[in-house]
Amino acid sequence: MLMTTGPWVWVAGLLTLAIYSFLYKDNPVYKMAEYIFVGLSAGYWAAFLWWNYAYPNLFEPLAQGNYWNIIPIAMGLMMFTQLSRRTSWMVRFPLTFVLGVSLGLQIVAAVEGDMVPQLAGTFSPFTRGAMFNTYDFWTSVGYIVLLVGVLTTITYFFFSKEHKGILGVSSKIGIYFLMVAFGASFGYTIMARISLLFGRLHFLLSDWMHVLK
Amino acid sequence: MRLQIPLAIILIMGLFTIVTSFVPAKPIADLNQTFRNWYIGIITFFIFLGTFNLVRVNGERIKTKARDWQYSIILIAALGVMLFAGFFKGRASLDEGSPFMYLYFNVQFPLEATMYSLLAFFVTSASFRAFRARNTQALVLLLAAVLIMLGRVPVGTSIWKGFPDVTEWIMSYPNAAAKRGIRLGIDLGLISMALRMILGIERSYMQ
Repeated sequence: MLMTTGPWVWVAGLLTLAIYSFLYKDNPVYKMAEYIFVGLSAGYWAAFLWWNYAYPNLFEPLAQGNYWNIIPIAMGLMMFTQLSRRTSWMVRFPLTFVLGVSLGLQIVAAVEGDMVPQLAGTFSPFTRGAMFNTYDFWTSVGYIVLLVGVLTTITYFFFSKEHKGILGVSSKIGIYFLMVAFGASFGYTIMARISLLFGRLHFLLSDWMHVLK
Repeated sequence: MRLQIPLAIILIMGLFTIVTSFVPAKPIADLNQTFRNWYIGIITFFIFLGTFNLVRVNGERIKTKARDWQYSIILIAALGVMLFAGFFKGRASLDEGSPFMYLYFNVQFPLEATMYSLLAFFVTSASFRAFRARNTQALVLLLAAVLIMLGRVPVGTSIWKGFPDVTEWIMSYPNAAAKRGIRLGIDLGLISMALRMILGIERSYMQ
């Protein structure tokens, strides 16, 4: 059993142990790894976004003669005006442009890509007869559960009227559906984290230490 | 001018984007695409501003020799190395096998994965507290989580073969129902808030 001689594997292995040292207590080795992580991440995203978004969308067309792109570049540079109190009001121009386009896109996406398909998926088993054509009992029950679940969950988030009477009963049922969803999400989160932990342990014991074959 | 022009920009851009999303005709669709490209380009400046600010704040910490200022040197050095690796060869800096990707796969990725895997320990202790069936609702949460986990791991199947089917049913119906309800609520909230901002009723973001 010989440990790897690959320098990058050693770097990755030692940094992994540095992060896990936090399980004992906050210490300088962990802090060092944490600051390296923040610095590298910032550098990674700056380079990644530049070469994949800013350069092809703004600077490359400008270099090819599309001078209209001076406008968004100027707006992008205006972001830096907020670093000074005297000029910070200028950040409103790029901010409102970005917000205007983003909100417009989100309204269209919410209606077209989310609300309509979600509602169609909830009601179509009943309107298209799929509910009655299926021979699987649990699928039919599932369609009813789905419809009841969507309606009761929505009523739980309906705050314009006091939750009394039918609304109160419906919102209480909605809470149980929410609990199922939260339980499922929590279960998945635990599994995802444990899976990452296994991945790192496998890396340490296999790629680095060669204990596991 | 400091208020009216930004309000006009958000109104025009918001309405233009909504209306032109339904107009596939050439000049309008092209203009829509141009504005989307500008939008994508401009939002990248947020991360450049963030990076600049990171350097500024940490530079200040080093200058004033604030508490733990030595770590700020490490941060700026790591940032400098990554930026150099990401830009020195132009666009080819991001190619497979480049120093930039080496740093990503051998330093940043292990750090990121370990950082998130660290949460496994904290999530375990959190679940010990959350998974106490104090009332019926907590019992439902506990049962859903346990069934989902048992249905997705091999040990669950070896206990009872039906666990994956139960998990699938929970995910497809009661879980999907609640997620849809939440989703529809978010969408309705998003639309109302977006319209308030586009129409200039909501202006708190400008302060």
